[in-house]
Amino acid sequence: MLDFPLWKRVWYWGLTLVLAACALPSLFSIAGLPWPSALPDPRVNLGLDLAGGSHLLLEANEAQVGQQRLENMEEDVRSRLKGADPRIEIGEMSRGGGKLSFTLKDSSRVDDVRELIAPLTTGAGLSGQRDWDIQVVDGNRFVLSPTPEGIEQAIDNAMESAVEVVRKRIDALGTREPTIIRQGDNRIVVQVPGLQDPQALKSLLGQTAKLEFKLVDETAVPSDIVAGIVPPGSEIVPFADPTSASAGGVPAIAVKRLGGIKGDQLTNAQQAFDPQTNEPVVSITFNQQGGERFANLTSQNVKKRFAIILDGKVLSAPSINEPIMGGSAQISGSFDVKSATQLAISLRSGALPVDLKVMEERTVGPDLGADSIKSGMIAMLVGTTALAVFILITYGRFGVYANLALVLNVLMILGVMGIFGVTLTLPGIAGFVLTIGAAVDANVLINERIREERHRGRRVVQSVELGYKEASRAIFDANITNVIAAVLMFVFGTGPIKGFAVVLMIGIATSVFTAVTLTRMWVSGWLRKARPSDLVL
Amino acid sequence: MKLLKLVPDHTNIRFLKWRVPFYVISLLLMAASIGLVMTKGLNLGVDFVGGQMIRVTFERSAEAPVPELREQVAKLGFGEPIIQRYGQPNQISIRMKLPEGAEAESALSEKMASTITADIKRNHKDAKIDGVDSVSGKVSKELGWDAFRALGFAALAVAAYIWIRFEWQFGVGALFALVHDVTLTLGMFALTQMEFDLNIVAALLTLIGYSLNDTIVVYDRIRENMKKYRKMPMPELLDLSVNETLSRTIVTSLSILITLMALLILGPDVIFGFTAAIVLGIFVGTYSSVYMAAPVLIWLGVHSDSFVAKETEIDRQERLARERSSGIV
Repeated sequence: MLDFPLWKRVWYWGLTLVLAACALPSLFSIAGLPWPSALPDPRVNLGLDLAGGSHLLLEANEAQVGQQRLENMEEDVRSRLKGADPRIEIGEMSRGGGKLSFTLKDSSRVDDVRELIAPLTTGAGLSGQRDWDIQVVDGNRFVLSPTPEGIEQAIDNAMESAVEVVRKRIDALGTREPTIIRQGDNRIVVQVPGLQDPQALKSLLGQTAKLEFKLVDETAVPSDIVAGIVPPGSEIVPFADPTSASAGGVPAIAVKRLGGIKGDQLTNAQQAFDPQTNEPVVSITFNQQGGERFANLTSQNVKKRFAIILDGKVLSAPSINEPIMGGSAQISGSFDVKSATQLAISLRSGALPVDLKVMEERTVGPDLGADSIKSGMIAMLVGTTALAVFILITYGRFGVYANLALVLNVLMILGVMGIFGVTLTLPGIAGFVLTIGAAVDANVLINERIREERHRGRRVVQSVELGYKEASRAIFDANITNVIAAVLMFVFGTGPIKGFAVVLMIGIATSVFTAVTLTRMWVSGWLRKARPSDLVL
Repeated sequence: MKLLKLVPDHTNIRFLKWRVPFYVISLLLMAASIGLVMTKGLNLGVDFVGGQMIRVTFERSAEAPVPELREQVAKLGFGEPIIQRYGQPNQISIRMKLPEGAEAESALSEKMASTITADIKRNHKDAKIDGVDSVSGKVSKELGWDAFRALGFAALAVAAYIWIRFEWQFGVGALFALVHDVTLTLGMFALTQMEFDLNIVAALLTLIGYSLNDTIVVYDRIRENMKKYRKMPMPELLDLSVNETLSRTIVTSLSILITLMALLILGPDVIFGFTAAIVLGIFVGTYSSVYMAAPVLIWLGVHSDSFVAKETEIDRQERLARERSSGIV
């Protein structure tokens, strides 16, 4: 039991020193000292509660994905049938109940239609299921219903691209090391350390930035718009700024549902100033295809008005004085420089495929975080020192071993956390305290047991051997129960509980090693060299 | 070198003599805690009820102008704020319910936060916004459920492990001690109305871990002594075990208290409630290992021979055969 061959000692010391050395970069960074860049630097991440910054939990509106898909399908079907030769006439079309259904005027062309729209569906998931289910009822009525697999895949795709858009927008803010991860089916967690203006981040992510250009339906009567009545094929869109109401003081406008242009075909968007009014505007540049479509729209509709719609609200509805051919345009709509810049960033990064809602927000000022970590470190230093003195005067030489194990334990925990890039949070510091407590307890158990065995009249070596052996059982049981608890907390807990559990798990592993294995090695070394006939304990 | 000895070598304190009165007191305290939690309720933070919390430090004031702030914030038309000190006297947290409709439109809660912070900054030049927490009702329900589940599963799994390693009575005893510790701590939070948030759940987990550690040390000694002294009556054996581990109990508790006191006095203000909960938990946990976890064993009928190997059918027939052949019958 007390026999430690050389290879074992080399191994133990090597492991200890390597892991403890890995703590140095973290210690340097906490103390604010520079770490030589030539050396590897495994470093503990400081949680937002310590470093300051913003944590946002965003949730996507899943229903909207289905709605959007339905709209796209309608447009695709319409353009396919319109483009068919000879053209296929549609009777009426509806999107009720989450399904797209339409009737054909000429029921003899059912098979043509089936052939035309079949390529609009694709396989979804691993089961080989199509993403849309096409049915023909009553001879000439088509019903396209989305399959669950199709919806799931659509949401999945939407979330993937939402994460990308979020990343682009945050990068545009020029912050360092943001964390953006998908969580569950429809959530995104965003963590940005050391952010000075969390408000800007939120308004940037809260904006879907779906830009549309749609023709104004001039046949709609203002009083009807107020009452919510629109001509067929049109829809009512409210103004973003109610004070800029159209003629008649109506805070909304009727636009044609189809035949507009979407703002996703941009190559650039910049904040600029209107040369005439000197007001902040956003100037946009279309890509080839978008530019052509925009030129078509404007040349076919000179003297008419079109509405610039952002996220379902009308920014402005200017008249088309002449065709706009150059592929670039200007968006005005009571901006200030800040909101125009934000819109430009959002447009550049692309529209979010789905609205994101902030479900949870946590912002910690950088000063508070810095104060927390400073006082936390001081407290740990003072606490550990006082503890070391207490252990020293209680156990003498055995106390020295216990203290050395304690210091190495703290360093090793930091080192392991650094290697795995674990994030240290305030509850993590509590996990640290518990671990230190448990580690000290192991040595207390052992030393008390050795004392007891000496009182029973056993010889020195035998007492030490029995002390370690008998105490190990309780130490083992206590640590296993803590591991069980920590694993469950990690699996079922959230946020702070997880942070606590991680430190606890690492701490249990290192503390058993330092408090039991290392001290036993040191004690046995001393016993062999000094051969004491009595213990001061 | 003379070493510090807090506990004399051979103590023989009759701890278990007082087990009934202590049990009655503990049960009463538990009942009182549950009563407090039911009537006064826990001062649940935004983590568990949803809402918004803004933390402010008044850098050049000795004390935060709480009544004035309450009036100012209430005037903004978002409802009555709950304003509470945290840490230093010049640090406060303002808690608000989320405005109507904020569940659907998160911009509303952002507007509330920016209106309130702008108003405070305008009226108090030295106000520094330390942080804003906004938690929607949906997320807060999830956080609460997750915390509850993590606590519950951890406690049950740990009790099951002790059952496997010892005997079922020990598992029940440990679980009972855990429930006792958590209940009393919750009672303290209801009594003092300190804010109860997710960090406090981490504190509860810490004290569960600690208290369990203590219980296992005592149980381990009980198991050892049960094998050693098979004829000793249980109360006496428990007393012996507690006395033998007394020195360790005191030294360990003191060690942790030293570290915690440093954290309580010098540590971050944000986790004052958290540390206070653990300090209380250390006392409660140490006490419960001796007076809750141990006596339960007597009442659940643990006998000194519980750890003696049970006689199997083969053993019994062999014994009978032996007895027959030696003519005892």
